[in-house]
Amino acid sequence: MSFNRRDFLKASGAGAATVLAAGCATQGAPSTAKANPKVVVVGAGFGGATCAKYLRKWGPNIEVTLVEPNDKFVSCPISNWVLGGLKTMDDITHGYDNLPKHGIKMVKDYVVGVNPSARTVKLKSGGSLSYDRLVLAPGVEIMTDYVKGFKEAEAAGKVVHAWKAGAQTALLRKQLEAMPDGGVFVMSVPAAPYRCPPGPYERACMVANYFKKAKPKSKIILLDGNPDVASKKGLFMDAWNNLYKGMIDYRPNNLPFAVDGNTMTVSTEFDDVKGDVLNVVPRQKAGEVCEMAGARNDSNGIWCAVNLATFESTTVPNVHIIGDSVLSNLPKSGHMATNHAKMCAAAIVEMFAGRQPDPTPIVANTCYSATSDTTSGYVANVFRFEKEKGYVSAPEGGATSKGDEINFAYNESWAQNIWAEVLS
Amino acid sequence: MHKKLALLAAGAALMSANAFAVSHGEAIASTCMSCHGANGKSNGAIPSLAGLDKAYFVEAMKDFKSGKRPGTIMKRHAAGYTEAEYAEMGEFFSKIK
Repeated sequence: MSFNRRDFLKASGAGAATVLAAGCATQGAPSTAKANPKVVVVGAGFGGATCAKYLRKWGPNIEVTLVEPNDKFVSCPISNWVLGGLKTMDDITHGYDNLPKHGIKMVKDYVVGVNPSARTVKLKSGGSLSYDRLVLAPGVEIMTDYVKGFKEAEAAGKVVHAWKAGAQTALLRKQLEAMPDGGVFVMSVPAAPYRCPPGPYERACMVANYFKKAKPKSKIILLDGNPDVASKKGLFMDAWNNLYKGMIDYRPNNLPFAVDGNTMTVSTEFDDVKGDVLNVVPRQKAGEVCEMAGARNDSNGIWCAVNLATFESTTVPNVHIIGDSVLSNLPKSGHMATNHAKMCAAAIVEMFAGRQPDPTPIVANTCYSATSDTTSGYVANVFRFEKEKGYVSAPEGGATSKGDEINFAYNESWAQNIWAEVLS
Repeated sequence: MHKKLALLAAGAALMSANAFAVSHGEAIASTCMSCHGANGKSNGAIPSLAGLDKAYFVEAMKDFKSGKRPGTIMKRHAAGYTEAEYAEMGEFFSKIK
């Protein structure tokens, strides 16, 4: 990952208290086979809910507890479609009602502490849960401190990131609806790695699709912290040049360092950019619970280094991390999280039985992005695990260079199917 | 009783030397579900995989890989697996009712 000097100083300061055991892989010895081993899964998103389901499917003797503070699952994939007016919040919001049918114990709570030596997690409500193995699937924590003024503007309801689907998605849609024709929408893209690499560019397409129909004199300024479009470049450039000609002002290497919700200004190294609606997406790190477990253990204290065949932390035994929080070459996508979850569940089942997990797991990623209300494209890769190398992308992987209607239909079907896979 | 337990333990030891409780084939087939739907049963435009004939599945994967069968995304996926894995996945999907 690329860090500028200022970030590095901040990160090394923040991480100074974290003691890192460099390169020390403390692979937990296979637990002595227990009749009913306990797994606590933290976070019921794409990764966590899937992992809980597959642990019960493949290890019916395992007691699985899934801790999640929210009442409902709100999907980040397709949330850009809500911003574009193609879908509603109801369409991307789903209940957890089916998970207990798999024998999963759902606990509505928030984890406030992890004790890896006692193998317990402490809950906000005051109770605690013990585990034989712990799976952390918290998604990302948005580093709002890295953009000066963001927290104040966010608290005032003036500027949101909407990079976790929910109330901020609904608010951003309202702001876009209230914007006059001829207004300017300013959006920023954090430097990679971040959650959902094509997400920001899809969002620009969805907002442009809305503007084109509802307020065609409006403009979009896309401030990208990366040197170039970070994902599906051909697909998005084709849409911007052909569907939304003259509407999107794309500015690479423009990382915002400050935002002012009163003057509605985003500041980069080069410019102060004014807009009517501002959508600043700060950089991200592994979810807070990973820090509690001591598992946010890469050299910057940002992501979690794991054994990628089992997803067990390289430094904290019996703690597995899946999804966006993992340090790897795998894209941080909801789809990828579901497949981390399955490989992790399979490995845990084998380890509980005292057997070696599959030494060569395979994960696939499929990610569709809409370019308009009738067209989508995809990126797809199969990653095969190789000892010493980690996940190696099979050579045929890649992305489409133009959106079309067939892929739009598959995109919609994909969403229905992955939601069912995670929650049904 | 003790004899029975010892036999069971010996059986378990044999199994652990030879097989995964979750086979490589089932684990990788499960990753298909994220697009093709829970238990291989799809909603919408993406085809279901549940209950497909094994030979048909294997042939389809070979043809996606070679380009003989036209498609959108499947050439990229099919090329990522071996023919032995096609057979393992096909076996798994064929058994879903």
